[in-house]
Amino acid sequence: MKFAVIVFPGSNCDRDMYYAAKDALGAEAELVWYQTANLENYDAILIPGGFSYGDYLRTGAIASTSHIVNEIKQQAERGTPVLGVCNGFQILLEAGLLPGAMLRNKNLKFMCHFEELIVENSNTMFTSAYESKQMISLPIAHGEGNYYCDDATLDQLKENNQIVFTYASNPNGSINDIAGIINEAGNVLGMMPHPERAVESLLGSADGLELFKSVLNNWRETYVAGA
Amino acid sequence: MKMKKVKIYITLKQGVLDPQGKAVQDSLNTLGYSEVLNARVGKYMELTLDDSVDVEKQVEDMCAKLLANPVIEDYQYTVEEGIAQ
Repeated sequence: MKFAVIVFPGSNCDRDMYYAAKDALGAEAELVWYQTANLENYDAILIPGGFSYGDYLRTGAIASTSHIVNEIKQQAERGTPVLGVCNGFQILLEAGLLPGAMLRNKNLKFMCHFEELIVENSNTMFTSAYESKQMISLPIAHGEGNYYCDDATLDQLKENNQIVFTYASNPNGSINDIAGIINEAGNVLGMMPHPERAVESLLGSADGLELFKSVLNNWRETYVAGA
Repeated sequence: MKMKKVKIYITLKQGVLDPQGKAVQDSLNTLGYSEVLNARVGKYMELTLDDSVDVEKQVEDMCAKLLANPVIEDYQYTVEEGIAQ
């Protein structure tokens, strides 16, 4: 299985994402510069955190207009798993691949620490290695992670089980304690906490590795005979 | 070439919490401006456009596609006519 890690000008978690997929998980992975036109030869797409285009205009807004995001949309429509973490989540929101928008953290601070999360939906290709309602510990590192959507959208997210992770103790003011959501088709996940920074106990937690394992296991079950 | 200047104001929608506006209000209150009951912080942009296009249509498009995020923001704009280069 081969992962693409998209690198925008201003991405800064791309190496961590690459390390998680290649070294911690043991899959194939490549760093893909954002001007690359073709993502057809990858089995999953990872959009890392950082400050693409310096967060100009709105977080993720400028990156969402780049050609590679059109390519990501096409691959997403074909069912390819797409994971956006932190700035990657913000880009998915701005690109319209996920509903809602990000606001400044309620306390206006950039926050960088571990948070306890609840796995609300363990029945996705990204979370099947977790138990339902499992508590996991992942680091957050963001200034704009205050997820917002209107009431109708929130009702839809709840109805379709699209809320995948919530904060046990909401740090940023996100509506409904939301830390991560998935699209209706179930192959595009956006989350503010960083699973790629928690892939071995030396990093303070290995809870994030299960997410990458889930993606790999689901790919094997789908594409590898006898798996 | 004839040009038009477009002034665009982008604000958070009513009902969307504005933590930055709240901090500004608190600071103004601290400075003694107790009459400030609410503050909202937005963005202001100026675009200079070639006059040969349907300026209003194009600006609507730009706001919807990039300049504002319709989930959380409203926009309004004014167009100044016939600025000579």
